[in-house]
Amino acid sequence: MNTTARDSMPESRSGKELLRVDGLVKRFPGVTALGGVSFRLHAGEVHVLLGENGAGKSTLIKCLAGVYQPDEGQVFVDGRPVTLSTTRDAEELGIATIHQEFNLIPELSVAENVLLGRPPRRLGIVDRQAMYDQASAALERVGLRIDPRTPVRTLGVARQQLVEIAKALSLNARILILDEPTATLTDDEVDRLLNLMVELRSSGVGLVFISHHLEEIRRIGDRVTILRDGVGVGTVSATTPSDELVRLMVGRAIASQYPRVRTAPGKELLRVDGLSSPGSFEDITLSVRAGEVVGLAGLVGAGRTELLRAILGADRYTTGSVCLRGKPVRRHDVRASIHAGLGLVPEDRKAQGLVLGASVAENLSLVSLRAATRLGIVDRARLERGARRAVADLGIRTPSIRSIVKNLSGGNQQKVVMGKWLSADPAVLLLDEPTRGVDVGAKVEIYQLINELTASGRGVLLVSSDLPEVLGMSDRILVMAHGRLVGELTHTEATQDAVMALAVKEVESSRAH
Amino acid sequence: MPTDMPPTRTVPRPAEQTRAQQITERLRAAAGRNGALGALLLLGAAMALMSPVFLSTQNLLNIGVQAAVIAILALGQTFVIISAGIDLSVGSVAALTAIVTGLMVGSVGVPPLVAILFGLAAGLAAGLVSGILIAYGRLPAFIATLAMLSIARGLALVLSGGVPVAQPAAVAWFGSSLWGWLPVPVLVMVALGMLAAFILNRTYTGRAIYAIGGNEEAARLSGINVRRQQLIIYGLAGTFSAVAGLVLAGRLASGQPQAAFGYELDAIAAVVIGGASLAGGQGRAFGTLVGALVLAVIRNGLNLLNVSSFWQQVVIGAVIALAVLSDTLRKRRT
Repeated sequence: MNTTARDSMPESRSGKELLRVDGLVKRFPGVTALGGVSFRLHAGEVHVLLGENGAGKSTLIKCLAGVYQPDEGQVFVDGRPVTLSTTRDAEELGIATIHQEFNLIPELSVAENVLLGRPPRRLGIVDRQAMYDQASAALERVGLRIDPRTPVRTLGVARQQLVEIAKALSLNARILILDEPTATLTDDEVDRLLNLMVELRSSGVGLVFISHHLEEIRRIGDRVTILRDGVGVGTVSATTPSDELVRLMVGRAIASQYPRVRTAPGKELLRVDGLSSPGSFEDITLSVRAGEVVGLAGLVGAGRTELLRAILGADRYTTGSVCLRGKPVRRHDVRASIHAGLGLVPEDRKAQGLVLGASVAENLSLVSLRAATRLGIVDRARLERGARRAVADLGIRTPSIRSIVKNLSGGNQQKVVMGKWLSADPAVLLLDEPTRGVDVGAKVEIYQLINELTASGRGVLLVSSDLPEVLGMSDRILVMAHGRLVGELTHTEATQDAVMALAVKEVESSRAH
Repeated sequence: MPTDMPPTRTVPRPAEQTRAQQITERLRAAAGRNGALGALLLLGAAMALMSPVFLSTQNLLNIGVQAAVIAILALGQTFVIISAGIDLSVGSVAALTAIVTGLMVGSVGVPPLVAILFGLAAGLAAGLVSGILIAYGRLPAFIATLAMLSIARGLALVLSGGVPVAQPAAVAWFGSSLWGWLPVPVLVMVALGMLAAFILNRTYTGRAIYAIGGNEEAARLSGINVRRQQLIIYGLAGTFSAVAGLVLAGRLASGQPQAAFGYELDAIAAVVIGGASLAGGQGRAFGTLVGALVLAVIRNGLNLLNVSSFWQQVVIGAVIALAVLSDTLRKRRT
């Protein structure tokens, strides 16, 4: 614990202490997700939790929401030690969490969602009028003026989020935890949400706010607690300069974080020509050469994931073509694409990359299964050798190749996903958020793998929402906005500002018309 | 400072106790892996104590014969359930097979062996139609095979006119015994069990079945043609059902349009008792065989003990619930 940071910890303008977290530790098989985190939340304070992906923020708030039970440490509410065994316990103590995934039932009305599980009843029968009145009052508090009979599914993300907050407030929440609430909102929506948070703060609610956007933190945050690799690094004032916040968060010089070894690119491997899929992306033309990492930057929702899936043939496209080593690849056919030399490490490794209940060996041999089959019979010895080699080459930390993948840490799971492709020897690997939810050490190992891929003459198309990562690892950066390519930068001319200017310019111009 | 270290022990734990614990743990692990096998042995021991005839060779072979039809249906069902699907049509398809085979000989006049091929083809076709509806029509497996349950049963009734159809000697062979003691149904059951195990463990389709059941999207993005594999899976289930239909017709010495009524539920029960998960990705052919034997042992034992067939249903229901419950508890513990 950084004592100087704690000594200089600014006293918030606020009232009494609502929540105190003391030395929280949470371990999972093979990983320590939280290695001792402490912070205090006062009434009328916006307390920011800042940290890289995988720093332990999600684990921490899940402990506070009663989803996980900490192995060590203590949570105090109103100065009293509490045990949060279930989400119900947290609710009753006035702790409400707005997760990134909403807990709303789309088919039910706004009122039914706000009062879910506790609708007003008369003689056991739901009193609809009372339900609408109570829901309207809760919606009023968050400034959402809609008919409470509206089905939730007809609302956009921002309004659904407000319904969630209204639900929390109607539960008399005094401690409101918001997990990256601004990530999927437009600028106007972010503005409104931050204003609402300021209002809630002045009414005495304590807010725990998770955000990666330093300007949002400066705008409404009071204090910032920084997490790094599961450990609380310290609590500082939100007025702390950005450089200092980043330094505390990353804990080392940025340069060493991206060990990209650049080589002169060779001949063209992948060529995408005029690929379009209405509603997702429009007229995309790009190429990836041997030994090259091409970064695809852009905001969430710019169409990058959809593009990668279409290139692999997993999703349909209306026009355009994909060529590998000069030969056109059969459209909409994943197997043909893989056979031609493409591979995709998908965005969501648990939902799309891994068979979680299967072993490391089984996952590693998913792609090479076809190649190891003769007359329908699988050469199991060959697959097993391949799996052992992949575990050794990639440094996958697992007790055995028979271990179930679900029990590995995020970084090792991701290495298994990469490993299953490497065993199929692709020419071009499409990487979609390859380091999301991966700890810092495994990140660097994944970067080293990318280096090895390009050193052996393969190409990489890298999609990442982590802008420093795209800048640090790419040789060439394409910027995508609203489904279109809006610019191309070499790694020497690319800066965060240059990329963001391109990504945002298109957003603004498209808003104008 | 790691606080999960226990405070210093004043009395060291005796080494033997640790070893004993290790052994119990190992035994528990072995029993855990073969929960159904443990249940079968336990049931067998209990029955042997209560009825002297239970362990006689004749009775054990009887149990095998009684288990065979359900076991073969359940082996086909195993492919489907591991792939996270379900096939409700297996009983109806078995009945249809016997009707088609009998009519091909009796009404069309083809040689018996050719007729059997037609019967198997009918089962395969029924499975493929379900597979097409599921893979390409995007129908839930429950709905597609519920439709096939009705269609196959209806066709069996239409083709037979609702009356039993005579079977050729070649079909009767499926119900006979070799050398006067070895029942062919048991032989077929064991052979198909080994075939199913081979398919699941050693073939591309088998490995794809586990991947599709474990995570269909991951399987698809890894280049597995999920739709084609689903066709193969339901085709396999249909073909196994057809063999079960032949064995049943052989034992009954006729093709009954109402035969195997409700057997799909017993088949699903056998698969689940055998350790497969209806959520997909898990299950083994050996477990399914054991599951079918558990059901047969309960029926046989309760018959020997003169328990009414009404009560037998109650007991079987309880065993299904207990089997899956113990499985769930075991998984929660690990």
